[in-house]
Amino acid sequence: MSRKELVVSALENGTVLDHIPAENVYKALRILNLEGIENQITIGINLNSRQHGRKGIIKIADKFFADDELNKLALLAPEATVNVIKDFKVVEKKKVVMPEEVVGIAKCMNPKCVTNHQPIKTRFTVKAKGNDISLLCHYCEKISDTKGVF
Amino acid sequence: MSRKSLISIGDFTKEEILHVLETAKEFEQNRVQNFLEGKVIASLFFEPSTRTRLSFETAINRLGAKVIGFSDASNTSQSKGETLKDTIKMVSNYVDMIVMRHPLEGSSRYASEEASVPVVNAGDGANQHPSQTLLDLYSILQTQGTLEGLTINMVGDLKYGRTTHSLLQAMSHFHPKFIFTAPEELKMPKEYKEFLDSKGIEYIETTSLDDYLNECDILYMTRVQQERFTDPMEYERVKDVYRLEASMLNNVRDNMKILHPLPRVTEIDQDVDDTPYAYYFKQAENGLYVRMAIISYLLGYR
Ligand SMILES: [Zn+2]
Repeated sequence: MSRKELVVSALENGTVLDHIPAENVYKALRILNLEGIENQITIGINLNSRQHGRKGIIKIADKFFADDELNKLALLAPEATVNVIKDFKVVEKKKVVMPEEVVGIAKCMNPKCVTNHQPIKTRFTVKAKGNDISLLCHYCEKISDTKGVF
Repeated sequence: MSRKSLISIGDFTKEEILHVLETAKEFEQNRVQNFLEGKVIASLFFEPSTRTRLSFETAINRLGAKVIGFSDASNTSQSKGETLKDTIKMVSNYVDMIVMRHPLEGSSRYASEEASVPVVNAGDGANQHPSQTLLDLYSILQTQGTLEGLTINMVGDLKYGRTTHSLLQAMSHFHPKFIFTAPEELKMPKEYKEFLDSKGIEYIETTSLDDYLNECDILYMTRVQQERFTDPMEYERVKDVYRLEASMLNNVRDNMKILHPLPRVTEIDQDVDDTPYAYYFKQAENGLYVRMAIISYLLGYR
């Protein structure tokens, strides 16, 4: 049994998020609203991955996500894979899909944008060119990159 | 009643643009239109802009409607901390339409989502000012007889100048060719050049005003606006970079016209005013007819 399988199979029921760039693991917890929940969460950072250099992995016990919730992860980890575990077995394996719109999570980088001065939920259209992701603000029509906005 | 707002020039299709220009022509021929009698329109200027405000308020009056509002936010409840949302919700209950100018970018889009009546953006910071774009188009059409296949030379601040960005977007419907005359520091931003590339529209960039002066149908001059700069040194370096004088116009095309969103400072010498190429004062007047047409269209009357 390989090391990777060992890490995954340690979960009885829940979700394993794999192939997250190591530096984005904590942001991934935030974007998926996992901070402060009571489920058991195991995090691996700087694991060696043959395809992706150093990767991170997040395992959440007894938690299952709706697809549009999970797809927010694509903004930080376009290559992320999702393993749904039931009874120690992977019952579903899928890739995240880049969302077309991001509502209420990112912050606009334009200091003169109305969303930075009034209590407004931000809204962005996602523009993806390969791994290059940028966000077009619905309000000020300026482009933000994803590095500074989460 | 229609609930459509005009926030950014991209909100109008090519057909809607042409329709508004056609209506503006009708109003230029007959300024006395009273079909909005009984309507009340709010003119909310959260930052002062006398020129734009007078143009809109004259348009409202010429259509027979009444105006309420303010010309400066310092005495309003906004200055006491009321949210933009609350102001817009409150005013929406009184009026049939809101014309607003605000220093924050995106504020008009937000207001249009909270308002129960149409909103016209009269400028949201450095972002959009669509009635300016439509009056530019109207002036181009009026002087050239067509919007199709023209060569537009944009001069000055192409980096922060929102009028050039919106005009570029609007003209892209009509197979234009662009010349961008700007100093290195104020070049047309990449996203607009990519937009033109994606539409297969040709453009040339230069730093010299002399280079393509004789090869354009429209010379669109802009002022370098100090308030758009975050770096005062950068402003000092570029503020007087171009100065158009009558003596430079000897070999221009006969049909060439000079436009400028006004106010001008030093970029167009006074001696240009008396040449047959100067059109910027007429252009400003055209704002009245175009704003009458925008209001009529959004309220469902034309
Ligand atoms: Zn914004």
